[in-house]
Amino acid sequence: MSERRLRARVTQEVAEVIATRRVGAYQHITLVAPGVAELARPGQFVALAVGGESSGTLLRRSFSIHKVSPSGTYGGTVEIVVSAVGVGTRWIVERVPHDTVDVVGPLGKAFPLPTEPVACVLVGGGYGSAPLFWLAAELRQRGCHVEMVLGAASEDRLFGVVEASHSCDGVTVTTDDGSAGQQGWVSDPLPGIIERTKAGVVYGCGPMGMLESITRVAQTHGAVAQVAVEESMACGVGVCMTCVMPVVGSDGRTRMLRSCVEGPVFRGDRVRWDAFDGGHARVPDDAVGAPKVGGH
Amino acid sequence: MVDLSVDLGGGHRLPNPLMTASGCAANGKELHRFFDVADLGAFVTKSVMADPRSGRGTPRMAETPSGMLNSIGLQGPGIEAFVDEDLPWLRSVGARVLPSIAGSSSTEYAHVAATLRASRAFDAVVGVEVNISCPNVANRGLVFACDPMASAKVIALVREQLPRDIPVFAKLSPDVTDITAIAAACVKAGADGLTMINTLLGMVIDTDRMRPQLGGVTGGLSGPGIRPVAVRAIWQVRQAMFEGRIPTVPILGVGGVRTGRDALELVAAGASAVQVGTAAFHDPSAPVRVLRELCELLEAKGFDRFTDAVAVAHGR
Repeated sequence: MSERRLRARVTQEVAEVIATRRVGAYQHITLVAPGVAELARPGQFVALAVGGESSGTLLRRSFSIHKVSPSGTYGGTVEIVVSAVGVGTRWIVERVPHDTVDVVGPLGKAFPLPTEPVACVLVGGGYGSAPLFWLAAELRQRGCHVEMVLGAASEDRLFGVVEASHSCDGVTVTTDDGSAGQQGWVSDPLPGIIERTKAGVVYGCGPMGMLESITRVAQTHGAVAQVAVEESMACGVGVCMTCVMPVVGSDGRTRMLRSCVEGPVFRGDRVRWDAFDGGHARVPDDAVGAPKVGGH
Repeated sequence: MVDLSVDLGGGHRLPNPLMTASGCAANGKELHRFFDVADLGAFVTKSVMADPRSGRGTPRMAETPSGMLNSIGLQGPGIEAFVDEDLPWLRSVGARVLPSIAGSSSTEYAHVAATLRASRAFDAVVGVEVNISCPNVANRGLVFACDPMASAKVIALVREQLPRDIPVFAKLSPDVTDITAIAAACVKAGADGLTMINTLLGMVIDTDRMRPQLGGVTGGLSGPGIRPVAVRAIWQVRQAMFEGRIPTVPILGVGGVRTGRDALELVAAGASAVQVGTAAFHDPSAPVRVLRELCELLEAKGFDRFTDAVAVAHGR
């Protein structure tokens, strides 16, 4: 099995909840999942089964990994941040210590790290910021200057403001309603921060509209955007084909790529933002194998 | 130890009756990270058509009680890429492969079958499954599987393209008035077996936005919620075989199997093999887990051979 695990770089394990606490509008959950903890990199995610073996809620729920501690007191642990919005996430936030959850992970591609110590700006929308603190620590280890921009609709929907001040060289907070930080969107202060720090990379995690705008800002100011998308997924492991989105490949052609295995991190300028509209992503007409008139 | 081996035709004896279900396991590499795909009786690949296809826009998925609705639109690499990359990979890991083929015209099915036959890794193929639940462009988009004549034409053309020792399985849709009529037409046209069932056509409305939840409006319903429909369809067709209305051929049972007990249910209704589909989305190692559970159940019930349990519920 160890040989398979090494080759696979993914594992499935029954994880015990050892801690769970409310953080603003979210629930911060710590799971004992040594296999995942050992393999995971910042930007990867885990997929949790909902409701036990005979559950009528069949599809896994995916969460980006907030933090891993491969050799903690309880064995390796994995931390996630959950926003209870539906039946599945409600079940997950109701777990109490010593309950178990079936976890598959780590899944997806991690954030690519720069080979040179360039300045980086990390942008998180709502609890989308969850994986950024771990990323910040890795970047600073490489000598990068790291600043963070955290934005949300309101103060209770921000995640990790205090943690950001420990793990970064500068933190800017924005809220739509002005209840914390400056009123506005993360894209408002971003140009000034990129210019001031001469940032080479902007990392982003949050809703699609935000990722599109930070990609545009990064491009305008000469930085590369690396964005982690939040697409709805059924399996998380690459077999169901539901989490696709149109992305331009290195050959210049657009394909419908699975965000679970080819993502969730994509270079922002490769994503076909023009295809997204009100919760839909259509297939661009120039995509490989796009439907033809009168065809499928 | 229960003898799990099955012979589904063409002299290809499979070590066990467990398979993936088409479209629920991609083409093997993803699930091979969780279990050895060569441990399955056969690996059923995602339906492949002649050309590369992007599939539909999103959302492509809606969760339903004990199941899900999907509207993928047969996204795939096309048969050329399939025979150049996917099939050789499956062969390299020792998998027995049951490719699923699709088309929007009967000639497209025949072309896909012919390309498959001519491929260098064809010796890994133990049978071909024909997904006839595709819109027929020549008949206003009515799916082939809803029309006995159109189904028969596809099966006959595919049968012609493949060697006799490669059994052809017609995958039937439950969305018909009388599934035994379609089954009979397919077997008469040369199908060596039947796969039952494909998804049921369904729809979900997003009541926040007050519009269809799927980008493709309608989708295929799958998961444990549809298992009773699969059991019924398998039962009806097996019954028709017992009554001599349809020649007796193997049935590959599929639809909502999540546990060994579920698999045994389809087997007792008349399935000679079992495919695990949507359950793999919940548990990526479900196909091998179900095999293990089925084996334990058969042993506990005193069966020496898997084949003795096939259709055992008839006449009881």
